Amino acid sequence: MTPDTLLTLAVATLLLPLCGFVLMIFFGKRLPRQGDWLSTSVIAVSLGMAVVILAAKIGSYGGETLTLNFTWVDLHNVPLIGPLPIILGVAVDNLTAVMLVVVTLISTLVHLFSIGYMHGDIRYSRYFAYLGFFSFSMLMIVLANNLFLLYVGWELVGISSYLLIGHWYEKKSASNAAIKAFLVNRVGDFGFFLGIAMLFMTFHTFGLREIFEGIGAGRLPFESNWWLTAAGVLLFCGAVGKSAQFPLHVWLPDAMEGPTPVSALIHAATMVAAGVYLVARIFPLMTADALLVVAYIGAITAFISATIAITQNDIKKVLAYSTISQLGYMIMGLGVGAYSAGFFHLVTHAMFKAGLFLGSGSIIHAMHNALHHENDHATDAQDLRNMGGLRKAMPVTFWTFVVYTLAICGVPLTSGFLSKDEILAGTLAFGGMSGHVIIPVIGFLVAGLTAFYMFRVVILAFLGDHKDAARFSHLRESPMVMTIPLVVLAILSVFVFYSFNPFDASDSWIVRAVGRPDSVVPPSMAAPSTEAFEEAAHGLHGTAMLLSLSVAGIGVLFAFVTYYWRKINADAVASALGPAYRFLLNKWYFDEIYQAVIVNGTLALSRILRWFDGNIVDGLVNGTGWVTRGISSVSGMFDTYVVDGIVNLTGYLSGVGGLALRKFQTGRVQSYVIFAVLSVMVFYFVFRLI
Amino acid sequence: METIILTLILFTPLAGALVIVSLPGGLVRAVKLVGLVASVITFALTVWLFLAFDGRNGEMQFVEKISWIPSLHVSYHLGVDGISLLLVVLTGFLTPIALLSSWDSIAVRVKGFVALMLLLEVGTLGVFMALDLFLFYVFWEFMLIPMYFIIGIWGGQERIYAAVKFFLFTMAGSLLMLVAIIWLGVYASTLQGGTFTTDLMELSRIAPGIPFGIQTWIFLAFTLSFAIKVPLFPLHTWLPDAHVQAPTAGSVILAGVLLKMGTYGLLRFSIPLFPAATFAFLPFIATLAVIGILYGALVAMVQPDLKKLVAYSSVSHLGFVVLGIFALTDEGIQGAIIQMVNHGLSTGALFLLVGMLYDRRHTRLLKDYGGLAKPMPVYATIFMIIMFSSAGLPGLNGFVGEFLILLGSFRSPFLGTPWFAIVAASGVVLAAVYLLRSYQRVFFGKNENPANQSLKDINLREWVVLVPILIFVVWIGVFPQTFMAKTEATTRHLVRQMEDARRGVPRAPSGMPNGMVPTRQSR
Repeated sequence: MTPDTLLTLAVATLLLPLCGFVLMIFFGKRLPRQGDWLSTSVIAVSLGMAVVILAAKIGSYGGETLTLNFTWVDLHNVPLIGPLPIILGVAVDNLTAVMLVVVTLISTLVHLFSIGYMHGDIRYSRYFAYLGFFSFSMLMIVLANNLFLLYVGWELVGISSYLLIGHWYEKKSASNAAIKAFLVNRVGDFGFFLGIAMLFMTFHTFGLREIFEGIGAGRLPFESNWWLTAAGVLLFCGAVGKSAQFPLHVWLPDAMEGPTPVSALIHAATMVAAGVYLVARIFPLMTADALLVVAYIGAITAFISATIAITQNDIKKVLAYSTISQLGYMIMGLGVGAYSAGFFHLVTHAMFKAGLFLGSGSIIHAMHNALHHENDHATDAQDLRNMGGLRKAMPVTFWTFVVYTLAICGVPLTSGFLSKDEILAGTLAFGGMSGHVIIPVIGFLVAGLTAFYMFRVVILAFLGDHKDAARFSHLRESPMVMTIPLVVLAILSVFVFYSFNPFDASDSWIVRAVGRPDSVVPPSMAAPSTEAFEEAAHGLHGTAMLLSLSVAGIGVLFAFVTYYWRKINADAVASALGPAYRFLLNKWYFDEIYQAVIVNGTLALSRILRWFDGNIVDGLVNGTGWVTRGISSVSGMFDTYVVDGIVNLTGYLSGVGGLALRKFQTGRVQSYVIFAVLSVMVFYFVFRLI
Repeated sequence: METIILTLILFTPLAGALVIVSLPGGLVRAVKLVGLVASVITFALTVWLFLAFDGRNGEMQFVEKISWIPSLHVSYHLGVDGISLLLVVLTGFLTPIALLSSWDSIAVRVKGFVALMLLLEVGTLGVFMALDLFLFYVFWEFMLIPMYFIIGIWGGQERIYAAVKFFLFTMAGSLLMLVAIIWLGVYASTLQGGTFTTDLMELSRIAPGIPFGIQTWIFLAFTLSFAIKVPLFPLHTWLPDAHVQAPTAGSVILAGVLLKMGTYGLLRFSIPLFPAATFAFLPFIATLAVIGILYGALVAMVQPDLKKLVAYSSVSHLGFVVLGIFALTDEGIQGAIIQMVNHGLSTGALFLLVGMLYDRRHTRLLKDYGGLAKPMPVYATIFMIIMFSSAGLPGLNGFVGEFLILLGSFRSPFLGTPWFAIVAASGVVLAAVYLLRSYQRVFFGKNENPANQSLKDINLREWVVLVPILIFVVWIGVFPQTFMAKTEATTRHLVRQMEDARRGVPRAPSGMPNGMVPTRQSR
């Protein structure tokens, strides 16, 4: 396949879902079956093309990057810079090719599953339209070879996420969650944008390759190493938002208000992994300090959310915190330098976490139907405490769920074992080289916690007996259209698709295809080289494997002891640990703190400013008007009483004078002669006196 | 046609207004039709202008010059360049939309309303085309009168207060400008061989040489007048009142076109005529712009009235435009010009949408609504698209402008620090806050108010009003090059000029092909 064909195919993969979206939004409702078949087949075709691209790319092009550019806006000659076209484009390298398949595959399976899950929904066709829009935006992120297009896709997946979380917008909690997701992401994107702006200012391009070349040639933002680190951290802010990393992780649990297949696609497998993908994309420009920030953020996130997951009773909330925790794992993996492992975990996690969510969707679907039968609208269909014994009613869901759980716990022969082990070995190597031993410690601790809370879910939901016999009699396995995706994902959670050797991921085709790229930052700022890192990690695989298996085993054991054999009373432990338990149950009070400080603070500021605007700024204006009016009325009075008064007085005085003088106008000649003589005498005396 | 196209554009609405005035007032339908036809012809002419305009040429094009008052050397001098072209087209585009939007909602004194709307268009088009300061001033003041009556006669409860406030605010600024214009003319006559002139081309050679001290005062006189119009914080309080009281069509033109007269004036007069003063005041104005961005967004967040919310969001958006202009970089100014158009489209559309809701329910208070997505799904979808355009989402127009403005101000050597851009960028987050929150309150949730349950979705006329806007919202968002290609040469010209002025290079001013620097005799 020529590079041109391959790139054309890639662009077609990208645009097909967009066409599907446009058709669905305008005509969806009028199509037979409201167009679900149209959306599903469009994305399935995209999947087919993505598979072809992957095979062709890895088969014939090795590590090459194929690029297709076009000029979006041409600013021509810009003073001080010279020609400045804003060139955008797509690129296909191995990372992209793998992601294309992951995204389209999960999307196709979720489309299928949704046909069953969303059956009879009030906005059925719109739901499928939005899924298509999401797929398009996500593929844009994957294919972009520049930060601009990446940012565009980044925002567009944000919109799709907003629309789909708010799908049932009649519920206040759903629309609140949608807004929260959007806004929290925007906070992260604020940093992301500043990072982009800083790089654009320095290199006058958005192209990643050009930026890397520029840094490699020794050009740095503000000519300082410190700012290069800052640029990396700012770009990472975008990932913190999108991948729900501490401290911006709060939106993801709320996002579970969306339909469960959406949680599987967007909030577990693909969109939230975009942050990880972003870090992988910008990896060459990350300095050692920036990567240290990345590693710590990942570790903190993994730990916090794993502790929260233990205490949650809503099955989707447990899975949501588990997702955050696993994303933290990937981010941590990239941060410590285990690049291929971090990305590998993204791929394996996408499969088993999508499976876990779809599985939980299957449970919720069955529970809903059963509760509906019972006319019971008070019982929560998602609460683990209302489940139990589902194994007998829903065998396919149960067995697939077990496979995913084994994978997420890192049990051998699963995909998760391979990728998790790689990351843990990486953290060990990193701890040894840099002295930050807390990171591997957290890594293993979280592995144990994960095993515990995941088996807690399995035991509470599937094992034991169902409490309500009448309800149980109405519980049914989900239809084929829903179970087939479950089975496919379970199969894809087995090691063999990733590496023929079940115990060593270094043979994995993904790890080999997606090698860690060379750093372009000045050597004094760079993290230890790939060779040094791999040498350190190589000897630690055995240790990592043993340790992770033992902590996972302990976690599983505790789960069985507590929830299956009930040797430990979970409620007693919870009440004995009172404050600590409530701290975890309330998610470390992040929401409360943000509400009190940021939300209320902003609103208070807004109210103060509104008052200021109405009373001070406008008060000044009205005050000016008032003063002017005051002056006018004073001058009006002056005009009436003083100016006009003088005029009137003059008139009056002339009148009075006239009356007085009239007396002299007698008409008799004698009188006039007397006046004349008297006047002459008066004048004579007056002039004599002078 | 090329030689008189601008006159044609300018006089078509005037002719329409004259025909309407001569019609008997009873023929309401005919009056509306004549108004619509006149404005559509005007729009068609502006489209022709757009297509014929050469984007690679940074000079004035389609120039017309006829002596008007010979004793004062005042002439009827028109022309367009990359800065004014898009605004002329925008004016032509929005006027028929505004007329169509008020088809049913204006029921009294229709004749006067339509005639005034057309006169308003004449005034604004004239402002964007005039190349003589005297002529500019005439249009600038002329435009006030129809707007004053539109608010004062067809407005809401507090319309008199709002109309008077609008009039006085603008008037206060423009009188100072008049003094400055006269001063400039007199100054020109004192130069060796000079005569009194108000011609922009002449003055743009002379004005940058005005001694710094006095230049500052002249700059301030112009800029204050424009800043009121923009409106720049803290001169904005006429805007919420005027918007809330004005009828929908008035708000659309007010937000869509009239506010741009301020930003246009900054670009056309304040900056190129008085570079030294511009550099001196630049940090100060950029600071006010950034304050306006945050302030407008924060105040919008807690407005109970939808129209007031949109009005305050305008303060925020126009802050971006001013910041982009004073960044004096190619991205900044190009972004500012495209953002002027964007704001005209999205805020114009928001006012139209709010107006449609008001026509149905006669309230604009957020608390009266909720769950409207159910009875009005199409309306809700269009509202959402426009909201996202206003919030600067990629793929829609608002993003292009904001992104370029922020990039331009981030790297601007004139601003000297990226901090303006950094603080301004947080305004993008706040914009999402107030837009999404209000959208939620109007459209999401359960539709529990009985008055809202049987609301009709948009009708054919409303479709016709909204669809053209949506087309441009997407077009500019996806392929801005169509429009930016027209503004690029002019922008470059201006940025070069400012770069040279900063370095103290004697420049070849526009309209002076041989690069002569006029000899001056200082007083």
